[in-house]
Amino acid sequence: MNEYNFAYLDEHTKRVIRRSLLKAVSIPGYQVPFPGREMPMPYGWGTGGIQVTASVIGKDDCLKVIDQGADDTTNAVSIRNFFKRVCGIRTTEKTDETSIIQTRHRIPETALKAGQILVYQVPIPEPLRFIEPRETETRTMHALQEYGVMHLKLYEDIAQFGHISTAYAYPVIVNGRYIMDPSPIPKFDNPKMHRMPALQLFGAGREKRIYAVPPYTDVVSLDFEDHPFDIQQWDESCALCGSEVSFLDEIITDNDGIRLHLCSDSEYCATRVGASQ
Amino acid sequence: MYVAVKGGEQAITAAHKRLAEKRRGSLDEKPLTIKQIRQQLPYAVDRVMIEGSLYDPQLAALAIKQAAGDLIEAIFLLRAFRTTLERFCDSQPLDTGKMHVERRISAAFKDVPGGQVLGPTFDYTHRLLDFSLLDEEKQTGCDNESDQKEAVKTEPESLELGIEHDLHDFPHVLKSMTAEGLIENQVSEQQQANFDITQQPMQFPVDRSTRLQALARGDEGFLLALGYSTQRGYGRTHPFAGEIRIGQVDLVIEPEELGFQIEIGEITLSECEMINQFKGTKEIKPMFTRGYGLAFGHSERKAMSMALIDRALRGKEFNEDFDSPAQDEEFVLSHADSVESVGFVSHLKLPHYVDFQSELELIRKIRKEQNEKAEAKVESAA
Amino acid sequence: MMVQKDLILDQQPLIKADQLTRLYGINKGCEQIDLELYAGEVLGIVGESGSGKSTLLRCLAGIESIDSGTVDYESTIGQLRLHDLAESERRRLIRQEWGFIQQNPRDGLHLEMSAGANISERLMSQGERHYGRIRQQALDWMQRVELDPARIDDKPKNFSGGMQQRLQIARNLVSGPSILFMDEPTGGLDVSVQARVLDLIRKLVRELNVAVVLVTHDIGVARILADRLIVMRNSRIIETGLTDQILEDPQAPYTQLLVSSILRV
Repeated sequence: MNEYNFAYLDEHTKRVIRRSLLKAVSIPGYQVPFPGREMPMPYGWGTGGIQVTASVIGKDDCLKVIDQGADDTTNAVSIRNFFKRVCGIRTTEKTDETSIIQTRHRIPETALKAGQILVYQVPIPEPLRFIEPRETETRTMHALQEYGVMHLKLYEDIAQFGHISTAYAYPVIVNGRYIMDPSPIPKFDNPKMHRMPALQLFGAGREKRIYAVPPYTDVVSLDFEDHPFDIQQWDESCALCGSEVSFLDEIITDNDGIRLHLCSDSEYCATRVGASQ
Repeated sequence: MYVAVKGGEQAITAAHKRLAEKRRGSLDEKPLTIKQIRQQLPYAVDRVMIEGSLYDPQLAALAIKQAAGDLIEAIFLLRAFRTTLERFCDSQPLDTGKMHVERRISAAFKDVPGGQVLGPTFDYTHRLLDFSLLDEEKQTGCDNESDQKEAVKTEPESLELGIEHDLHDFPHVLKSMTAEGLIENQVSEQQQANFDITQQPMQFPVDRSTRLQALARGDEGFLLALGYSTQRGYGRTHPFAGEIRIGQVDLVIEPEELGFQIEIGEITLSECEMINQFKGTKEIKPMFTRGYGLAFGHSERKAMSMALIDRALRGKEFNEDFDSPAQDEEFVLSHADSVESVGFVSHLKLPHYVDFQSELELIRKIRKEQNEKAEAKVESAA
Repeated sequence: MMVQKDLILDQQPLIKADQLTRLYGINKGCEQIDLELYAGEVLGIVGESGSGKSTLLRCLAGIESIDSGTVDYESTIGQLRLHDLAESERRRLIRQEWGFIQQNPRDGLHLEMSAGANISERLMSQGERHYGRIRQQALDWMQRVELDPARIDDKPKNFSGGMQQRLQIARNLVSGPSILFMDEPTGGLDVSVQARVLDLIRKLVRELNVAVVLVTHDIGVARILADRLIVMRNSRIIETGLTDQILEDPQAPYTQLLVSSILRV
């Protein structure tokens, strides 16, 4: 029992998932139900993203896997090794050289190109879930474009905090029609989704939903005219490469609470350090 | 000079090694064999099979060994394996009426045709730790006190003393009640399951067949708790155990190429039919209603819990007030699968520092602004 | 004392019901209802409980399906046959062009959202995206319904019944509806509070010139608010006419009974 099909899933399952992907691409931002399978990793650990990647990956592809922006966090390592084992394909850390990137919680700082595919791991696909727990209700709301409650939530945030209090998984409207959860990427990354030349695919394994944003699609973050969407900013720059425009992780380095700020995207940072030497 | 943390790969390899050591335990002890697990931990094997949704005692035993006794982990292993298997056929509906009975009881009647057969059960044992089991050198066969007590109870008790009863001849208790019209009829005209939750995603609302599939593979603890809640007033269904039966049932398929039916083996099943009260309406005469539970192996607790919840979830059919979690289909079925729930709960262990960073930045900003506002107020008041 | 309004009766009715029937038991519901509602008028539907008035209201508002007959609505884009519309269209009508005041304000409000949010919802679902303007409108409306604007961020679950009802009114009127449906708007309130809420409703209805269909079992309420009355009994209309006429000179025996039971103030 050591022989697995290429990319682990059997061809029938891949076809079923691809059909769901086609539907998703035809209706940008719409959540397509799909018959997700149990995978060798637990639900919640990327099974949706893995099933999507497994359905689109081919022998000539080159795969990059990141988690929190870095290639060598434990989960990214684990998933990359899984694909090496069941596909035997080339893997890389270089964003430029890859054809498929599977990501958890970040979009790479390096701009993606046409022909690349970005696969997002999604825990909760439904952007309205925390306002309305029932799926029967949220389905109706999407169908009838009854998104009033979403704006109510934003209004309440401003009334209470003076700001929209969503910092990640910030809701967007796709192609002017569906409100979508972009997965728990920091809102810092939302602008990268707008008219991205690469294909963006989203997989939620446990909730069994797939959705997609085709290349060059409008993706706009929800806001008010007088409280426009804004992204995170730091006073500091990266302590290793000096970048002032990337998303920075805060690291506590000693018992006195001294902090360092470093690029979350490890490959972007290393490339900049290498280029300056 | 700070150097960015690397080495995730080595950390994982080292973790795997430590896990293997933990699984093996002290080298002074012999390793457990799969055969031992299968023979001597049969209830664990049964649970892993039904929640793993795969009837294969050997693989279930292997999963238990690999998971070092963590049954939910073992269930996950079996489910993941199931994903790789090809489906080639649907069986004929299982005929539990023809079951080769090991255990069969009814709480609703003092006696039933075929009698009350206790079979192997923990019921009526006294839960006193048997310290004689600690003395492992003495144990071969049924030598110790505990085993002897159990051995006595495995002989079928029949009211017709001295007459051997055919262990296939136990008609369903509820069948005669159905004929009288006292309880709703449950035989479906359909010969094939119309919806398979492993081939298509569930979308609420769902029908009873879909619900039963989801409950069959649901986590026993969750179902037990919800079933318990229905007895404590969270939903009132007044249940009686109409029948519980455990034994072997033939597995029959009818392959297209043959055009006739063949038996390909037998499986052990636990089946529970709960009888619940119903008050009738102007159109329908009052009659009893049913809850149904089915599980692989000797999984009585699972079958009973499942039957309680099956009935609770049928509330809409009987115009019952909807006021308790066990009656809420979306709530129960969305959270019943241990593989799903464990995955998501444990995913909290994954790094979340980027999202957390975003929250930190936002809360600092808001607090700063609120402080500045407060200071400005103080100044203008002064 | 009723103030006479000039009702322009030669214009197209806003709503026209023709043989509208919705029954869910013998004499339970409404049957063979013919009625019209004109712009700017307040139409009262009165009768005892069980007469079918709430069912009729819900059918006219498009939130309940009907067994037979038609309901036509004269919208800004032409005549619409209410129960032939797609579900999404009907829901849009109720959310944007009409208002519905529930008898129990808890059914018509988001209790867990602030007062301001409750009032703002319709504005936002109509596409308003300027927080400052939205909030200003919410503040204005709170004043108009005589709620303290300082409570704009408070949650209505902590409001009194009368305050909740005022909030419900604000929430519905903020979108400038052409028709307001009201189901026993002061039913759950105690007498002194009722009078003030009725005054408020009367004032706003006049100011905004919105058409109203008002269901009440209380003839006193009908007398204060309604221009015309429909009297219902056992799912049928037994008499209609101008409020003054019905109250001063009821024709049907049942109406006489109903009217004679009002306490003269």
